[in-house]
Amino acid sequence: MSKGEINGVDTDHLLFARGVVGDTPAAGDYTWRASNEWTRGTHSKTTIGGYFGLGEERSHKGTYEFEADHPLEFNAEDNAATPVEIVLAGLASCLTAGVAAVAENREIKLRSVKATLEADMNIGGILGSDPDVRNGFSDVRVNYEIDADDTSEADVEALVAQSQKISAVFDILTNPTNVTVGVSS
Amino acid sequence: MRTTTVVIGAGHAGLAVSYLLSQRSIDHVVLERGEVANTWRTERWDSLRLLTPNWQTRLPGFAYDGDDPDGFMTMPEIVEHIDRYARLVDPPLHTLTTVTSVRKDGEDYEVVTDRGVWSCRSVVLATGGFNLPKVPPIAAALPTSVDSVTPIDYRRPSDLREGGVLVVGVSATGVQLADEIHRSGRPVTVSVGEHVRMPRVYRGKDIRYWFEATGLADERYDEVDDILRARTVPSPQLVGTPERLMLDLNALTDQGVRLVGRLAGIRDGKAQLSGSLHNKCTRSDLKMGRLLTTIDEWITENGLDGQFDPPHRYERTRVEKSPPLGLDLSSGEIKTVVWATGYRPDYSWLHVPVLDYKGQLRHDGGIVTDSPGMYRIGLNFLRRRKSSFIHGAEDDARDLVDHLAAYLSSRVPVASA
Repeated sequence: MSKGEINGVDTDHLLFARGVVGDTPAAGDYTWRASNEWTRGTHSKTTIGGYFGLGEERSHKGTYEFEADHPLEFNAEDNAATPVEIVLAGLASCLTAGVAAVAENREIKLRSVKATLEADMNIGGILGSDPDVRNGFSDVRVNYEIDADDTSEADVEALVAQSQKISAVFDILTNPTNVTVGVSS
Repeated sequence: MRTTTVVIGAGHAGLAVSYLLSQRSIDHVVLERGEVANTWRTERWDSLRLLTPNWQTRLPGFAYDGDDPDGFMTMPEIVEHIDRYARLVDPPLHTLTTVTSVRKDGEDYEVVTDRGVWSCRSVVLATGGFNLPKVPPIAAALPTSVDSVTPIDYRRPSDLREGGVLVVGVSATGVQLADEIHRSGRPVTVSVGEHVRMPRVYRGKDIRYWFEATGLADERYDEVDDILRARTVPSPQLVGTPERLMLDLNALTDQGVRLVGRLAGIRDGKAQLSGSLHNKCTRSDLKMGRLLTTIDEWITENGLDGQFDPPHRYERTRVEKSPPLGLDLSSGEIKTVVWATGYRPDYSWLHVPVLDYKGQLRHDGGIVTDSPGMYRIGLNFLRRRKSSFIHGAEDDARDLVDHLAAYLSSRVPVASA
């Protein structure tokens, strides 16, 4: 933790990075990577380790594993959370990181930040029983409970609003993205 | 007024049913809101031709006898063709008679029209599958500066304002309208969802010939894996032209039409386009490949390889690497959106509890099992893959009239001793 941090986010560094990326935009190009391997049934394991950023191949401190499966009523073994729930995890973690960073920048001391998420989905889409129902979420709701020192309700709301504005996962969920899936032998 | 069977609709399907009812001497009337072949006369665009070649345009007791078997009928020609069929069938026809209500009355049906009420023991709904445009709810978010047109209103490109046009959907309707609108000098962007790619001619024969020869056209509704899906597959990317041209997305791209992803939403005047364009095109390329392989295998199995042109495979659908994900609908570039997003039947006059929660008729291959004596003909994959084509009415009408006749005879009152 560098000097002056109150929530453990090094905003000086983030602002420095923004300056660097602003001057040399290509430095901001990141490529995130994950590899996934099927276990059995609907159970699979994703491994995350290396990525590309700031002009070079980089890696996390270690490798991280995320398992995913489906619940018992899908006739699956429920070895892990469902992929769509992991999407919620991604959204929550991204927004919460944003709340902490914005609070840091605004010199707001956070005591606790808790989020609950809900996403609605009708499985008629993926089951193919109703062609008019989309496969994915029909609605996503996030609620934050934030306890912070000497901060008005409006300031807390502004924190949450700003965290959405700067969130990658919020953008991924709310805007279309080109996805190409290839096959190699 | 009393009759045994009321047939609603004097299109090709209603007339086919009437022909078969007359053969069995089943007393009936055919009620028609307009004239014979009314939809073809009044609700289709000027350049439209049938998707099926003339030789295939056959109905019970009536075959094509013209001198252009491989051609495709224009709208005036199909109207004339169905008119000729009507003269042959000579049905007990009541034109300019609009049905306003069909109700159950004990075991009978009461058919209310603007020209009197019919009471009958059975009713055949031959009212067409393409009565109303199926426009997605997001259309409501279209900026008011953009015109919104459905294929039922559309007649010709010159009716549209000068300027860019977004055609949503690439079924037969979508590709045909995109093609002629772009040729008129209005730059077209097409929003591509799920679609069925198909050559017009394969190995020297019309693709509809191969559907018939291989048995695909006759595949039954109770034989396919997923009938719900089969019934909602978009119509194939076909056009009937004298040149027998293939009209796929590559043909549109060659002309300068731009392909974008499926329209997912409209927000703040901007269209949000799905990033699934590559997947949609890959799927239809693979599916077309499987169809052509099925045809090739059938030819080989039947020892006919020498009789037809050699097998051929088509270039994959060309898609730009990173298609746009948004389109500004308020910039003035797009003047018109054409919703080639499908049609749905109108059952607003059907007051019998046989509709599902989405307002669609529950039926078993055209037999409305929840309401004995009621039948439906002329829907996509009603009983067979070919059901929605003109010639598809033949076998469907025979099956349904067989069932109807058996139903009527099972209801003959037992004479008292």
